[in-house]
Amino acid sequence: MAMADSTVTPANADAGEQSLARSVSPTRRHNRVHRQRLRAAWMFLIPMLVVLAAVAGWPLMRTIWFSFTDASFSDISNYSMIGFENYLVYDNGAWYGVLADPSWWRAVWNTLFFTVVSVGAETVLGLIIALTLNAQFRGRGWIRAATLIPWAIPTIVSAKMWGWMLHDQFGIINDLLMTLGVIAEPLNWTANADLSMWAVIMVDVWKTTPFMALLTLAALQMLPSDCYEAAKVDGIHPVRVFFRVTLPLIYPALMVAIIFRILDALRVFDVIYVLTSNSEDTMSMSVYARQQLVEFQDVGYGSAASTVLFLIIALLTITYLYLGRKQFGGDA
Amino acid sequence: MACVELKKINKTFGKIEIIPNVDLRIEDGEFVVFVGPSGCGKSTLLRLIAGLEEPTAGDIEIGGEVVTDLSPKERGVGMVFQSYALYPHMSVYENIAFGLKLGKANKGRIQEWVEKTAEVLQLTSLLQRKPRELSGGQRQRVAIGRAMAREPRIMLFDEPLSNLDASLRVQMRTEIAKLHDRLQSTMIYVTHDQVEAMTLADKIVVLNGGHIEQVGTPYELYETPASLFVAGFIGSPKMNLIPATLQGSAQGNRSQIKICGMGTVSLDRGTSHLEDGAKMTVGLRPEHIELEISGPDSGLEVVNVEYLGNEAYVYLEMPGMEDLVVVRESVPCQVQAGQRVTMNAEPALLHVFDTDGRSLPPLASVPTGEEAVQLASQ
Amino acid sequence: MNRKLLRKIAVKTGFGLLLTAIMLFTVFPFYYAIVTSFKSGSELFSIDYWITSFNLENYQAVLGQGSFVTSIWNSVVVSTSAVAIAMLFGLTAAYALGRVQFRGRGTVLMIVLGVSMFPQVAVLSGLFEVIRAFNLYNDPLSLVFSYTIFTLPFTVWILTTFMRQLPKELEEAAIVDGASPVVTLFKVFLPLMGPAMATTGLLAFIAAWNEFLFALTFTLTDDQRTVPVAIALITGGSQHELPWGHLMAASVIVTVPLVVLVLIFQRRIVSGLTAGAVKG
Repeated sequence: MAMADSTVTPANADAGEQSLARSVSPTRRHNRVHRQRLRAAWMFLIPMLVVLAAVAGWPLMRTIWFSFTDASFSDISNYSMIGFENYLVYDNGAWYGVLADPSWWRAVWNTLFFTVVSVGAETVLGLIIALTLNAQFRGRGWIRAATLIPWAIPTIVSAKMWGWMLHDQFGIINDLLMTLGVIAEPLNWTANADLSMWAVIMVDVWKTTPFMALLTLAALQMLPSDCYEAAKVDGIHPVRVFFRVTLPLIYPALMVAIIFRILDALRVFDVIYVLTSNSEDTMSMSVYARQQLVEFQDVGYGSAASTVLFLIIALLTITYLYLGRKQFGGDA
Repeated sequence: MACVELKKINKTFGKIEIIPNVDLRIEDGEFVVFVGPSGCGKSTLLRLIAGLEEPTAGDIEIGGEVVTDLSPKERGVGMVFQSYALYPHMSVYENIAFGLKLGKANKGRIQEWVEKTAEVLQLTSLLQRKPRELSGGQRQRVAIGRAMAREPRIMLFDEPLSNLDASLRVQMRTEIAKLHDRLQSTMIYVTHDQVEAMTLADKIVVLNGGHIEQVGTPYELYETPASLFVAGFIGSPKMNLIPATLQGSAQGNRSQIKICGMGTVSLDRGTSHLEDGAKMTVGLRPEHIELEISGPDSGLEVVNVEYLGNEAYVYLEMPGMEDLVVVRESVPCQVQAGQRVTMNAEPALLHVFDTDGRSLPPLASVPTGEEAVQLASQ
Repeated sequence: MNRKLLRKIAVKTGFGLLLTAIMLFTVFPFYYAIVTSFKSGSELFSIDYWITSFNLENYQAVLGQGSFVTSIWNSVVVSTSAVAIAMLFGLTAAYALGRVQFRGRGTVLMIVLGVSMFPQVAVLSGLFEVIRAFNLYNDPLSLVFSYTIFTLPFTVWILTTFMRQLPKELEEAAIVDGASPVVTLFKVFLPLMGPAMATTGLLAFIAAWNEFLFALTFTLTDDQRTVPVAIALITGGSQHELPWGHLMAASVIVTVPLVVLVLIFQRRIVSGLTAGAVKG
């Protein structure tokens, strides 16, 4: 065979050793094309990385920095360091700071409640819509297009639209429910402490279910049709097929969509702020932080709340990335 | 136009060694075909020559100049890809002219070049079309035109015909052969199809597991395969490879070889490096076997006869061998399934391989006029 | 036989009802906003399910306010610029991330994904300081700057996915032809990325157009606001007397272009959304 060359002259021995050393580190050298590509890759990345550092990295660091100061919104350049006082401090027999503020914990609870209920409802409704749209029928394209409408409408606008529909005196929802005999008298959806969170959830579910439905539909349409035909031939009940075949197959795609939505819901601001303003009953972490920051002008305290929110989301993201790392590392 | 030399080329991806160590010289103007099963490293070798991959160790020379560190353009190579890889948004003209434009040739010269190329490849009437408006064969020609437009020193083809249907493949094969005759440039062509290799090549390089098994003309590969692998790879239907053992040690020029399930033959092969009882393989081309109908109690059983019109393949069951023995018979075929036959062959036509699968050629170059050996069960 | 037929009819009816319910659920609020926007005065306080009047008073009132028209203009300028910046930097970055194997690629992708998960409120005070420092407070330019925090990672992410789908041999053909990475990106890939760029741009545009928190915080006066803030801040005579007619007219005005875009590009949008999420 061609490689069986056993004559060892000094030069050959040298080359042999060299090639051994080379095979230890396979990327020993690159030709011009590869060097050019590597250089170009970084040249192409640097503008993006600089912009991201300017709009995200640096501001985030400043926010964390501010959380240890008593800076004020009206004069942000004038502050002094106060350590952890914005987070937690014991003074005169009482605890102060974000972590000792019942309103903050209320906001945390509201956010979690909002996240779990709305993402849960969106997932179930999205799944139902996706399964429906996965069937073959005339006008499917139109209905699929229609489901995109809520997604495209600005959150502010949808909050206002629903605010009007949920109006206590002239709202169509109250009218409908009274006509149907579900309620006896009009409800004050957005102001009633027991109902306002549900009103918020209703609007969010309306707005984001299409997103879930479309992602689920995309996953459904990638499923191989042969296992369905096999199940059909075997005469397995459709409900059983759904839980035994469909759901496990779309589970990975569904999980990604759910996690995206969870991370999104945890930072909810617009819909709550517009629908119910700064009401304690619905206030989310973002609304709380912004209220401290802008309305109460307390940049230090607001930044502390923002930092805690950031840490919660960062922790979740890192957990997710860590769990998904295998799948991620594969193509990275 | 230039010769190509690979010197101790090694290519390792991560921990997987695709090409352990290859030395190869390709002469100026030669049409060389790399052939081998998928995963044998033939495409990697081509891409190393192109400069699309970098060797982990070793050097590549083109026209006597070390090009290991140079880009494909600087190496002066043109390449035709398996999927054609035409720029979909450019017309045929722009596709061919793209490399010339990047080479900063002036407009008049580019046009002259493109038109000349188009004429050679009969693309003149298609120059303003987009690739999607072309047939498979036309796209293939555009891909070739793009590769030759910059007058490369070497043209590389990576399985260029595998996306075409059978009849078009034969036609394009002829066109590529004509193109080589006309341009006389060095061409390296990768394929897994041994028919393409046999018909096109001046020189075939058979690769297996990253090693070069044999380099030679189609005639050499077919007539004197250097290894068991080449013997099994080249030729269709495949060469029959029958297990055998060496009987005793070589006496003078002659070795006694016992063929599995059959008799012992005496052949003039050098077996001095082998011990008594060493496992060997005897190869026989299907067309080198003559059949003779025997009685019901002797010979081999005919399992099946395939009638192909111009010829017929007869399949025999051989005790101690997994595969069936194939024999090419002229038509009308006298043999029928279920009959028993004996096989005869000229000893000079037997291929003998040692334990490592290396070929043992006849010691005397002149045929010795032996009697035909009869290979049959006892 | 009969039972089978009945069952078939029942299933068909049930499916039809389900479709109707889905249509009502998705379209009705928008439809109702349109119905309301054509009402004026006391008509607002009678509840109608159909269009009963066709009164353009609300539209005239909203568009007659110079500040609302200015807001639309601000929104257009801000969203377009934010998307343009994101596309330019995103395209080059996506080429690097999608086509070149280099050490640190996974890390950069993680950073991009991480930034797209940032809660906006977490950078609010830091961004505010930066904007103050550049004297951009109450200037739509501050929004162009701050919106890149979500348009850029999004664009990079989706364009990387699309970039990866382009055939490898095409790039190699370009390399053999002697094309540098810049030439490959702009002469070979960019023309093929048209649909992907349109999709990505549209999605990023919608995100920027709809943004609220930064716009609310970094602008102060009516003439600097974007549309979402303008709508959120429409007030009537008193806190409890919102001019619902005007509100709905304004809502319809800013939504109709989006809805039209979405209906035209629905296929593309779906592919873009799934490219961004499923591959994540």
